[in-house]
Amino acid sequence: MSLQPISFYQTGTFTVGNRLLAPEDRSVQANMQRTNSLNSGHRACQGCGEALGARYAIDAAMIASKNQLIAANATGCLEVFSTPYPETSWQIPWIHSLFGNAAAVATGIAAAIKIKKQKGQGGDTRVVAQGGDGGTTDIGFGCLSGMFERNDDVLYICYDNGGYMNTGVQRSSATPSSARTATTMPLGPEPGNPFGQGKFVPAIAMAHEIPYVATATVADLRDLEYKVTRAMGMRGARYIHILVPCPLGWGTASHDTIRIARLAKETGIFPVFEAEHGEVKSALAIRRPLPVEDYLRPQKRFAHLFGKNPAVETIARIQAQADKNIRRYGLLETETR
Amino acid sequence: MLKQCEGSHAVAEAVALCRPEVICAYPISPQTHIVEGLGEMVKSGELKDCEFINVESEFAAMSVAIGSSAAGARTYTATASQGLLFMVEAVYNASGLGLPIVMTVANRAIGAPINIWNDHSDSLSQRDCGWIQLFAETNQEALDLHIQAFKLAEELSLPVMVCMDGFILTHAYERADIPTQAQVDDFLPPYEPRQVLDPAEPVSIGAMVGPEAFMEVRYLAHAKQMQALERIPQLADEFKKVFGRDTGGLTHTYKADDAETIVIAMGSVLGTIKDTVDDMREAGHKIGVLGITSFRPFPLVAVAAALKNCKRFLVLEKSLAVGSGGIVATDVRMAVTGMGLKGYTVVAGLGGRAITKKSLATLFEKAGRDELELVTFLDLDWKVVNRQLEREKQTRRSGPAAEAMLRDLGTVASKIA
Repeated sequence: MSLQPISFYQTGTFTVGNRLLAPEDRSVQANMQRTNSLNSGHRACQGCGEALGARYAIDAAMIASKNQLIAANATGCLEVFSTPYPETSWQIPWIHSLFGNAAAVATGIAAAIKIKKQKGQGGDTRVVAQGGDGGTTDIGFGCLSGMFERNDDVLYICYDNGGYMNTGVQRSSATPSSARTATTMPLGPEPGNPFGQGKFVPAIAMAHEIPYVATATVADLRDLEYKVTRAMGMRGARYIHILVPCPLGWGTASHDTIRIARLAKETGIFPVFEAEHGEVKSALAIRRPLPVEDYLRPQKRFAHLFGKNPAVETIARIQAQADKNIRRYGLLETETR
Repeated sequence: MLKQCEGSHAVAEAVALCRPEVICAYPISPQTHIVEGLGEMVKSGELKDCEFINVESEFAAMSVAIGSSAAGARTYTATASQGLLFMVEAVYNASGLGLPIVMTVANRAIGAPINIWNDHSDSLSQRDCGWIQLFAETNQEALDLHIQAFKLAEELSLPVMVCMDGFILTHAYERADIPTQAQVDDFLPPYEPRQVLDPAEPVSIGAMVGPEAFMEVRYLAHAKQMQALERIPQLADEFKKVFGRDTGGLTHTYKADDAETIVIAMGSVLGTIKDTVDDMREAGHKIGVLGITSFRPFPLVAVAAALKNCKRFLVLEKSLAVGSGGIVATDVRMAVTGMGLKGYTVVAGLGGRAITKKSLATLFEKAGRDELELVTFLDLDWKVVNRQLEREKQTRRSGPAAEAMLRDLGTVASKIA
């Protein structure tokens, strides 16, 4: 171990600084043995948060499982951009079945692995299921809840970009209040998503009292790698919900993906925490609290809040949501880790 | 070993003898006793090395089956009616991916109106889903077909539905000859997957296929069903060698050689039809039977061959192509194209309506005189239907139709014509 503890924000980007670290503390992506499970050459948009999140998450899961990993994928951007056959980007065994069944397919894979191992015909292969927020919080929710409730040995990763981006930016149950999508406009007087709707699936996952639930963003990829590694060290149903900005759907610059994700965390609008068996164990502290306006303003999906007559009241309501997260998850307390 | 047991139990025993590695269970009548039976065998240790998963829906049942089959495990599930419809998206996916899952469908009507009794609407609604569909006539055949189904499915990498009449077979206690483990092991080799999710040899399964190859991939599914047409009779022969029983095959005929009228049907109703035909033969009617075991692939050639000497055929089916007529009849008509036969469609037994020998005899005699309409609804209560049609003509807000018709009917015993 290095003599002085390193806080990764000190390096500015959260991702560099490996030179300062002992080899065992270096990131998976800095490891020469990393598998590039989701290889380059795929067709994600420039600045895609999901592609970044998936690469870090799956590589970390690969290292943790000693490369004995199978992935089940829901229909969605990740599936479409990674496998325009004959060009698959996946360097691991990977299956796409349907939009709403990734969790159940993963359960089946885990069951097969368990029996094969029991019969001495297979090793200790691990299973990851992954999908976007539509495939997780909406159409795949029944299968997800079933997998949680049975405590099947599956790590489910949701890449949340707050809408159905693959079909052209429609509202999902993970679309935040006031964000504009193609299908929020017909509802109510404002173009954005009405308040009082939507669901925060990490909290619902915790209600299942599964061994591990965590949230992460692509702004802090070390934290993401840590959480995937930690989840892979456990058995049973585990859930990681990663906020992944979508330049297309959010109306942000491709080079701003990391910055926007960090603003989501630093404003408290997206709480980054981990929970075990239904109880929050730790949260990433906000270092310098920022008003939600800083997060909202660069995004065209919130542009209707900032015209000549800024929607002060609406912005205040979003601020109240962030403040509630800060209270609920203790985001202003000292960093515990 | 001979055993007096419920049809569901016989099937559970057969499935267990096939050494399934993953079973997905979700309750729906009249299938439930099958997975319950398997659950008991897992618990008792009679069925070893098998993961029994209680899923939260039929959609999950088929999805879990897709995952386990793709990971190389021999996989089984069972469903019926609404359950089959609830899993339809995954049913198509399983066949599209070429995963050899075996599923029992305990045939039951589809709502609305909700009805738990037997007809063939559920599996016939999945006519084009790409699964092989085999229909059992008796409990013994249901048992035997499951053993053949695993072999057929795994050889072709295609899923197979074994369809058996809900309640009529699933809940009937009959004698069943339950094979030994050694016999089944002799007939059914271990599962060698054509594709498998394996970290040692990573593959991507389920990629998008565009216009450049979609037709070819779909045609391959058809080509495999055509291969099944060849394999199904061969498997029946191989089965006979090991088990000593004639079971399965594409079709079977009964007193059909010199028949002028041939009645075509699937499933347990064939028993009642054969009894009726026996009586009519004694009375001098030249009538015979063609039972269809393999509905998908549909044995066009075998059906045409069976009908080549008759004058007319009558398809009695427990299903209704609403707005058209018959589902099985349409396929039979295609088989006999150009043969100049008279053909009749009879829709019978929907939602568990009893099909009696008396009604059948009247029907078959009428067919023999060529006095049948092209489409007949056996034992339909026209009074109830006409009264409702009249009510709807008279009153805009005539209310929910099923409830009104039940009210007209009053409290009666189960309908037996």
